[in-house]
Amino acid sequence: MARIQTVFSRLKSQQKQALIPYITAGDPHPAATVGLMHALVAGGADIVELGVPFSDPMADGPVIQKASERALAHGVSLTSVLDMVRDFRRRDTETPVVLMGYANPVEAMGYEVFAKAASEAGVDGVLTVDLPPEEAAALSDTLKAHGLDPIFLLAPTTPDWRVAEVAKHAAGYVYYVSLKGVTGAATLDIDSVASKLAHLRGQLSLPIGVGFGIRDAASAQAVARIADSVIIGSRLVQEVEEHGADAAVRLTAFLREVRSAMDAARQ
Amino acid sequence: MHINDLPVPDVYDLPDARGRFGEYGGIYVAETLMAALDELKQEYARAKADKAFMDEYRYELKHYVGRPSPIYHAKRWSEVLGGAQIYLKREDLNHTGAHKINNTIGQALLARRMGKKRVIAETGAGQHGVASATVAARYGMECVVYMGAEDVQRQAANVYRMKLMGATVVPVTSGSRTLKDALNEAMRDWVTNVDHTFYILGTAAGPHPYPMLVRDFQAVIGEESKVQMVEMAGRQPDVVVACVGGGSNAIGMFYPYIQVPGVRMIGVEAGGDGVETGRHAAPLSAGRPGVLHGNRTYLMQDAHGQIIETHSISAGLDYPGVGPEHSYLKDMGRVEYTAANDDEALAAFHELCRTEGIIPALESSHALAYAKRLAPTLPRDQIILVNLSGRGDKDIPTVAKLSGIEL
Repeated sequence: MARIQTVFSRLKSQQKQALIPYITAGDPHPAATVGLMHALVAGGADIVELGVPFSDPMADGPVIQKASERALAHGVSLTSVLDMVRDFRRRDTETPVVLMGYANPVEAMGYEVFAKAASEAGVDGVLTVDLPPEEAAALSDTLKAHGLDPIFLLAPTTPDWRVAEVAKHAAGYVYYVSLKGVTGAATLDIDSVASKLAHLRGQLSLPIGVGFGIRDAASAQAVARIADSVIIGSRLVQEVEEHGADAAVRLTAFLREVRSAMDAARQ
Repeated sequence: MHINDLPVPDVYDLPDARGRFGEYGGIYVAETLMAALDELKQEYARAKADKAFMDEYRYELKHYVGRPSPIYHAKRWSEVLGGAQIYLKREDLNHTGAHKINNTIGQALLARRMGKKRVIAETGAGQHGVASATVAARYGMECVVYMGAEDVQRQAANVYRMKLMGATVVPVTSGSRTLKDALNEAMRDWVTNVDHTFYILGTAAGPHPYPMLVRDFQAVIGEESKVQMVEMAGRQPDVVVACVGGGSNAIGMFYPYIQVPGVRMIGVEAGGDGVETGRHAAPLSAGRPGVLHGNRTYLMQDAHGQIIETHSISAGLDYPGVGPEHSYLKDMGRVEYTAANDDEALAAFHELCRTEGIIPALESSHALAYAKRLAPTLPRDQIILVNLSGRGDKDIPTVAKLSGIEL
């Protein structure tokens, strides 16, 4: 079974939710990334989302924009991100890795070349922020042919007919964007997320992760009560911005706190 | 290319329902924006079919913008060049000094129809920002304009103009601090405030339906030209020339001519220091297709798909992408695309000032530069129609500085 499915079925049997942290590959510098990924796993990450830096991250707030700029200043590319995943796999063959980024670097490499290289490097899923289902069919098919899960976003504004479109292409899990805005913005309204998720569950069989606006153990716990997984990005990238490569210890400590709050959610 | 070889299509009905011009265009945005784009698409379809809406748009163009803009035969300049006759479509005479207002009026009327009280816009040289601030004042809407921090410095007078009309100008400090980053920031604002905000996109790029919307509102340029050329010269021009950054003035001029046989069309990109130097803003001349700002189109990008910095004397052409319809027209060969360098544009700028008493925008000067190159190679009875997309008042400090003059 694919790594992402394995994780979700194990967690389901334990009545737990997946903790999915995000960091930007190559930030603060390329040599630090693999260490930071292991630190996330040590803190209790079930899946690691690795951001592929792009020059024009239209859907990201200032924290992740700056992380992308720092990574690009070191010459990080999609090719070097795949090298980082390969390196990560030397010590960790179990934790799924999902790449999250924008379409153009994948376009530039070519779908087939990318899917093959990503699969060989040990990537498990790919979220292309600016490929909604209308534009994603070709890439999704190519990813699936190489055993990779195409991960899709759903938003508070997504109508039912589009959820059905997403359901056709998506695998692994879907990523519910909990608020209107860019990454790192504001705080989330847990009640409206809860009612939207209840509605989505009638239309989707995939696990649903919730991201955007989760900044601490309390908000993670609240989300864990209603979702299948908790996705945390900007808050972690902020740690990396402030502490550089020394952020590893802090990331681990922060995630442990989040993890125990999540695990306490249904007790 | 011989005129008989021009690939004039019998049917031209683009974009398709998915917003595609062949393989270009589309809707490449995050899920968070899809609903808003869908709403815009549907409302625009209704507005276009609504006589009252279109009548008001035309009324505003006539009484507020001052349309139709005249066509002017630049006889003295044609004489100096010693070849084809050059005619100018005078978009520089529009209210606010450029073609940009044709589009902002249309989009502001749409915003009002949709009940949105707040409009946002991106701007490079400041012309679209000014045109957006203008219509926001005209219709009583709140207006926020995103402008690269670099451009805020370069175009101080336009920044002040926007503020005079009550707009808030937000300097964008991310990325390369120019037009593309202003567009990113406007999109981020839109996704956050989508319930009550209308994004007035300034060029014929972005996700569907924007390339179509902007084209349709700018097509008045070419539609008027078709009538006026017959009045002035008794026939259509042999060649039509327009500058291309994002490509809104060019598509407005070209679109009504696509199915007119015998009319050659040439889009002129910003060659910066020269296309061969790599320091330019000419994706159609030297880029390759990719995905940016919601559409698939020709882009300036490195081998890894990162967007690269552009260089042009003209802030309005300083953009790494281009409207998707231009990419399509390039591939089909209906429009030829070329580039004019900074120094050629500057030379044409000075020549038009001195021979015709018209100060052109640096953007439009790229189209003039190509006409200057082409005219002497054609017989005197041939006609070149150049879209003079804007006036050069805003560029006076830039040009003076290049001439070593302190104003």
